Amino acid sequence: MQKIIKITIIFLLIFILGIFFLSLNKSSNYNTESLVGNKLGEIELVSFQDDSIFTNDDFKKNSFTLINFWASWCAPCRIEHPQLMELSKENNIKILGVNFKDKKINALKFLKDLGDPYEYLTRDSNGKQSVNFGIYGIPESILIDNKLTIIKKFVGPLTKQDLNNIKEIINNL
Amino acid sequence: MKIKIFLTIFFISFNLNLSSNEPIDESKIHKNLRCLVCQGQSIADSNSDFAITLKMVVKDLIKNGKSEDEIYDFLSEKYGDWILYNPKLNAGNFLLWSLPYLVLVFGGVIIVFLIRKQSKKT
Repeated sequence: MQKIIKITIIFLLIFILGIFFLSLNKSSNYNTESLVGNKLGEIELVSFQDDSIFTNDDFKKNSFTLINFWASWCAPCRIEHPQLMELSKENNIKILGVNFKDKKINALKFLKDLGDPYEYLTRDSNGKQSVNFGIYGIPESILIDNKLTIIKKFVGPLTKQDLNNIKEIINNL
Repeated sequence: MKIKIFLTIFFISFNLNLSSNEPIDESKIHKNLRCLVCQGQSIADSNSDFAITLKMVVKDLIKNGKSEDEIYDFLSEKYGDWILYNPKLNAGNFLLWSLPYLVLVFGGVIIVFLIRKQSKKT
């Protein structure tokens, strides 16, 4: 019996050390991998220009949609903007902009200065709608297909590599 | 016998009614939701933009008649289980939930063994 206890204690120690080793090597930052493959829930976004509503049915019209959350006060949004401008030239994808907790006048100036890559522009004045998309900061972008399945989620500014990745996805599928 | 059955059904339905009419404790929900942009804080402890938005969403969901579990389900669907400090039992965290009980049973076995050994000696 003593032998069994000793073996079990050694086994438990190895197990606990193994868990520590794995946990310390694992990033504890929030990541969105688990959301890929999920479908978007019921969406209702208010148009930036008027009070018309943008719903799930509007997403179904496009092969791919990139939903981009941005604001004029967000410095990283300026960094990713050239990538969005380049992506807007692609035929297989439409970009939906969600202006996040921003002032209309500042948002319009931002687009006038840097260009407007958005096929559709909506606003989320208090940030509540963004929770429906699992957004926790901006810039964030979600690539979905016409079945409203999340293909990829980008947290932070889109890089050139992200842009190539998106192009590869939309041109190969 | 009929009275027993009637009383059982009565008490069960009474209990169900009590649980469904219980007011939802908003601060309890806040304490169980992780502030994703903070370091180890719940949204109850944080005044970050994200925490404030999430508190507004929780308020709206309660107003719309959602239960505590439905609120957790909704948010974990949007942000993953990471947003919950107390996630539900699933295949991914089965070991995490069961390990304390396994250790407890194992500890109990060791204690019983040691007591038996001690009593044999005396």
